[in-house]
Amino acid sequence: MLEKLRNLRRSEPQTTGDPFVDALRAALGPDQVRYDGAHRSLLSHDASVFDGGNSGPVCYPTSTADVQTIVRLANDHGRNVVPRGAGTGLAGGAIPLGLPVVVAVTRMDRILEVDPVNRVAWVEPGVVNLDLTRHLTPMGFHFAPDPSSQQVCTIAGNVANNSGGPHCLAYGVTNAHVVALEVVLPSGDVAMLGGLEPEPQGLDLRGAFVGSEGTLGVITKVAVRITRNRPAVRTLLLSFGSVRDAANTVSDVIAAGIVPAAMEVMDQPITRAVENYVGAGYPLDAAAVLLAEVDGLAAGVDIDADRIGEIGRANNATDVRLAGSETERALLWKGRKTAFGAIAQIAPDYYLHDTVVPRSALADVLTEIYAIADRHDVLVMNVFHAGDGNLHPLLIFDGREEGMMERVHAAGAEIITASLDAGGVLSGEHGIGVEKQQFMERMFTDDDLDHQNRLRQAFDPGCRTNPGKVIPSGHSCADIQALRSIPREVWV
Amino acid sequence: MTATLATSDPVLLDFAEEVGDTGPVAVEGGRTRWSLGGSPAEGTRLVRAPTGLVDYAPDEMTVTVRAGTTVAELHAALAEKGQRTALTDRGGTVGGALAVGENDLRALGRGLVRNSLLQIRYVSAEGRIISSGGPTVKNVSGFDLPRLMVGSLGTLGLLAEAIIRTNPIPPVSQWLAAGDADPFAAYDRLLAPSAVLWDGASTWIQLEGHGQDVADQQRLLDDIGHFTEVPASEVGEGPDPCPVALPDHRWSLAPGELASLERGELGRFVAVIGLGLVFADRPQPVRPLSPEVAEVSGRLKQNFDPTGRLNPGRDPGRK
Repeated sequence: MLEKLRNLRRSEPQTTGDPFVDALRAALGPDQVRYDGAHRSLLSHDASVFDGGNSGPVCYPTSTADVQTIVRLANDHGRNVVPRGAGTGLAGGAIPLGLPVVVAVTRMDRILEVDPVNRVAWVEPGVVNLDLTRHLTPMGFHFAPDPSSQQVCTIAGNVANNSGGPHCLAYGVTNAHVVALEVVLPSGDVAMLGGLEPEPQGLDLRGAFVGSEGTLGVITKVAVRITRNRPAVRTLLLSFGSVRDAANTVSDVIAAGIVPAAMEVMDQPITRAVENYVGAGYPLDAAAVLLAEVDGLAAGVDIDADRIGEIGRANNATDVRLAGSETERALLWKGRKTAFGAIAQIAPDYYLHDTVVPRSALADVLTEIYAIADRHDVLVMNVFHAGDGNLHPLLIFDGREEGMMERVHAAGAEIITASLDAGGVLSGEHGIGVEKQQFMERMFTDDDLDHQNRLRQAFDPGCRTNPGKVIPSGHSCADIQALRSIPREVWV
Repeated sequence: MTATLATSDPVLLDFAEEVGDTGPVAVEGGRTRWSLGGSPAEGTRLVRAPTGLVDYAPDEMTVTVRAGTTVAELHAALAEKGQRTALTDRGGTVGGALAVGENDLRALGRGLVRNSLLQIRYVSAEGRIISSGGPTVKNVSGFDLPRLMVGSLGTLGLLAEAIIRTNPIPPVSQWLAAGDADPFAAYDRLLAPSAVLWDGASTWIQLEGHGQDVADQQRLLDDIGHFTEVPASEVGEGPDPCPVALPDHRWSLAPGELASLERGELGRFVAVIGLGLVFADRPQPVRPLSPEVAEVSGRLKQNFDPTGRLNPGRDPGRK
């Protein structure tokens, strides 16, 4: 595949007819600007179900100066900029709209410095999440956010989406683990946001940037908080005769004042699929399983593990099992983290949703989700970060079936509505991207969206960085303008 | 009816009306940090934010509270259910604590204020109620205005109501003191101390957690210094409760800078190891913002408050 792409590049003409592409090629190294159809097609997608992306030139910077050059040239030529990490996003946040230059940061992948005194690591944006943790582990540290895509997703992508993961229950999402960001602003200037001190001077631009889905600039360096590895870990697997009992256990654990490192629930269909896929030792007869983990100091984790077991039994747990070894623990987690790979055995297509509800509403909303799926005759499986109330209903289908996509989207919309009605929010960790733009008006008023747009425009007055995302177009006029301003001749 | 963040709370709507859409206006809370970043300009109309606990859900670990409520009142209500927040109690209000954004010196155990805010409602320069964030503990729906509001000194909007994350109060809390310990070695040895304080000679450490864990952690310090337990009666009350008297001025430094603190520059000091807060006799010089950060910050102020009517005279860049 790579060889094919290389050959394609070699066969490209020296000039493209697009002065912007020619200028990028003149300014960057020859292998840093790709304009061949295969490459642009590849980078027009991310891991979401959304088509409709249209990439212009794809650039692979290797330094902050490269990024600055790209952004300045884009400004000179009136073109938009879309930053991109590994492209694992599920809400379409990295889909290029309107032939922008795609700035793929994957070659900026060096861990620059681990600073144990300040408890931070300075990394380039393209460092892969799990690579960082593997690098830190022998030093007694790890990077706490652990999205299920952590084997491939980048730190910059984590920052852009304010990513979560199972272990964010106790440690918090990415925003709590980013202390400073070097970014190339849409103006082309380089800025350092935040700092190593606990209360940096001025407005918290760092906090505003995290989770902005690539709309406020391009990240070129990150200082992430590194977290001490816990000396004691206990992992429990609880089995239940109903999803409701599992959900109530989660709610009761939090109510008892216990903050586990993680609490994950899988219903029977997904548990069976996972067990078939990895053989992790999950029970096939349980209606739901709860994977709960507590970590910290030895005495506390034993106390908390015992209490979680008791709370589970009080909620009719049919089995409470403590992982007896690190191997067993690792296998249980492997099952959980490969859940989405496991469903490929069942149907060719899936649509993974992401909403959050109050923990006390988990059981009722899950009941409603099963009813919605029934009504639309779509198969649904549930595997989710129960401790945070973060639901991930997984709609499974064969997209070739007549009328199926309409049913899938209708069911998805009802799931979002049910979550909002229960006092929840649109997204817990996947973001808004293009997926949930049309739902933003259900959660926010016109005034609220206007203020979000004011923040956006303070960083990016021309709305040229990742336009057409997050804020619905009716509230973000400059976005529409930016998308319309693409020169006609580059539509090739 | 689908869920929406729009508020129909008459108390908040009255507050918005009081703030109005013209003339300079500032919120008066407990005045505990009144001149931080500059006092309100002369002629500024003072208003008070609404008060009261709106909703407390201990089993969600969240609390909805109006901005004029005192931190003391909030924490008293939470303590009844064995919970607390990251806010520090200086005798002021919740809105003030968020607008100022200062952390508790025990932030290693309680978390940073900026990470604890889930949802805000504030009154805009146009006198409108704006909501951002969400009521759940995890949320990435839209741009993150709550983060921006923490430490903004009310210059972008006047806080009316907040949803804040709560945390369980650990079963045991113990302060230790030693006159002969290396505080940096102690900090490295312990898994998660709630505070490590150092005045250049003596070290004070707060350990929290289950009783056995606290005892085990204390034993880990045996070869670092002769630590003795500080009786609860010797831990000061009021703001920043700890076993040592704190100088008046706060410094915010990278934790790595604490090993080379100079008395000549700070006077007497008490440093919070691992966090980077320092209490000192002398004030920290203003750290100028970079031109790039100043430019974006200036545009934020312009976009949120085009006429400069919110807290005129205050500048979060000069805290």
